[in-house]
Amino acid sequence: MEAALGLLRRMPPKQSETALSALLSLIPQHSSDLLSQVDLPLQVLRDIESGKDFILCEYNRDADSYRSPWSNKYLPPLEDALYPSSELRKLEVEANDIFAIYRDQYYEGGISSVYMWEDDNEGFVACFLIKKDGSKSGHGRRGCLEEGAWDAIHVIQVGSEEEEMAQYCLTSTIMLSLTTDDESSGKFGLSGSIRRQMKMELAVADGHLCNMGRMIEELEGKLRNSLDQVYFGKTREMVCTLRPPAEIVQMRLPDT
Amino acid sequence: MADEEDELLETELSYDQKKEIAKWFFLNAPAGEINYVAKDLKAVLSDEEVYNEAAMEAFPVYNKTHMICLEMPSGAGDVIVSSYSEINENEYLDPRTAQVAIVDHVKQICTKVRPANDEELPSLYIEEYRYALDAEIQRYVSESYPKGMSAVNCVKGKDNEGPGSDFELVVIITAMRLSPQNFCNGSWRSVWNIDFQDESQVLDIKGKLQVGAHYFEEGNVELDAKKDFQDSTIFQSADDCAIAIANIIRHHETEYLASLEVAYSKLPDNTFKDLRRKLPVTRTLFPWQNTLQFSLTREVEKELGLGKISIISVVSCLSFGVMYTNRISKYDRYCSASRMKELKFGPKKSSVAGNRTRVSWVKARYPNRWTTTDMLLELLKN
Repeated sequence: MEAALGLLRRMPPKQSETALSALLSLIPQHSSDLLSQVDLPLQVLRDIESGKDFILCEYNRDADSYRSPWSNKYLPPLEDALYPSSELRKLEVEANDIFAIYRDQYYEGGISSVYMWEDDNEGFVACFLIKKDGSKSGHGRRGCLEEGAWDAIHVIQVGSEEEEMAQYCLTSTIMLSLTTDDESSGKFGLSGSIRRQMKMELAVADGHLCNMGRMIEELEGKLRNSLDQVYFGKTREMVCTLRPPAEIVQMRLPDT
Repeated sequence: MADEEDELLETELSYDQKKEIAKWFFLNAPAGEINYVAKDLKAVLSDEEVYNEAAMEAFPVYNKTHMICLEMPSGAGDVIVSSYSEINENEYLDPRTAQVAIVDHVKQICTKVRPANDEELPSLYIEEYRYALDAEIQRYVSESYPKGMSAVNCVKGKDNEGPGSDFELVVIITAMRLSPQNFCNGSWRSVWNIDFQDESQVLDIKGKLQVGAHYFEEGNVELDAKKDFQDSTIFQSADDCAIAIANIIRHHETEYLASLEVAYSKLPDNTFKDLRRKLPVTRTLFPWQNTLQFSLTREVEKELGLGKISIISVVSCLSFGVMYTNRISKYDRYCSASRMKELKFGPKKSSVAGNRTRVSWVKARYPNRWTTTDMLLELLKN
């Protein structure tokens, strides 16, 4: 299992789906472990009843059907399927509406879905998903990207209320790939995935949505920045070590 | 889940299928990481036979595409393993020293060297061009790449004895930087094909640059950049050709590096923005604090039987509904009760124009929120 995760860390991030299915077929005995520990680019399905797209993941899946957050129905229809309690469903509906606005403000397009379910210890778990196609042909407003995919998965565990406080544990994964293709630089592709965690104890009085939303916004922003600055910055540094920019070379030339 | 696993177990992979999967992992290993991949793959496969056969087939391909450099024994320098220097699968010519390196692909070492035979080497006429170009390229590489290696091979017409027929040289430049302790590896590969066309007295130059970097500390991020080039110059004496070609290569590679820098510098403000902005279109953090009131407003609406909420009204609730509640406390000091009633429970106006008339009042007081709503509605319209 450790070796399998090691392999996934080395395979090109763009190929993560292929790599995972390859591992699943090689070591089927670890399939549930792999599926629970590895995040994959998100899939989308259309809820015909509401005319809206929703995101598929392990958290809205039951057998081979997926529950739409808009109509609360499983597609394809499924008998005896699991649903969140009516109380939680109410929060889920609100979360979907608000998160759609959040998504529009940050992503200028894309698709979002929020799923919630009760967990075993009197709290609940919420999963906030965003998928954005930022390519020219997708939702890329500036038209810079030949190809651009962003998938964000935020899973947040909310503990039971104790003295008006609740524990929130957020795990966020971002997967992205972007390719630009122009005359001067040719095909320039960056892709990657990172995952981070954040824990907080917050007053329930502000509302679960408000608390979860703030945490997600903060961590998502941090992940975006570290991808942009740290991770992509490291690859840039690497390029400059391989072949230092001309100014440095020229400064050295007189000596040689 | 248990059922699914049983199902999966039933469809046992064949020997060849396993081998193909194993080879895929080998060949997709980033520069300098194939041995780490091999170690993990061995554990995952737990089948020595499949592993060995896959390794035997995959390593030579990997070594050649990544153009790895191997040190030749007895201090004869390095040889670049590539399809251009390949004599047979385990033998690679080092044209600079006129030696043939015998290579163990899986161990990635050069076990022996032998002097090259006459038929493996180019004619004197070709060698004159090859040698001159090699010297120029070596100079350029030592100036531009701190850890670069280069080779010039003849891949076509190596037995030409003099002018009158075409031949082709290939310049390979490779630089690799491995620092697994910093979770970062990278490689630069250039391949320049120079077609010496005798009849037209033109050198047709085609280049292929490929740059890769992998950073994997608590994540997995990869740079994959490549570009093709095309250029030409005139057929001259060996020395003049060498200088002209080296200058062309230097020029394109320097330009390319600069354009990569430009691509990187555009990332934060352009390219990345098309995926996710740093800040919302409103340039302020999302007003989560308003969500609680949003829920309350919605409760009220439901109770009043206002029915399904359209997306427009959701938005207006989130921004206006909240403002009502904020406003009301201040408002009720100078507003009549009936006015208040209209504000809070009056018929929902969901048209943009309807909202705007009332908003001018809010705009003055809450500039930020005004932008929020304005932008939001704009977005929803699109």
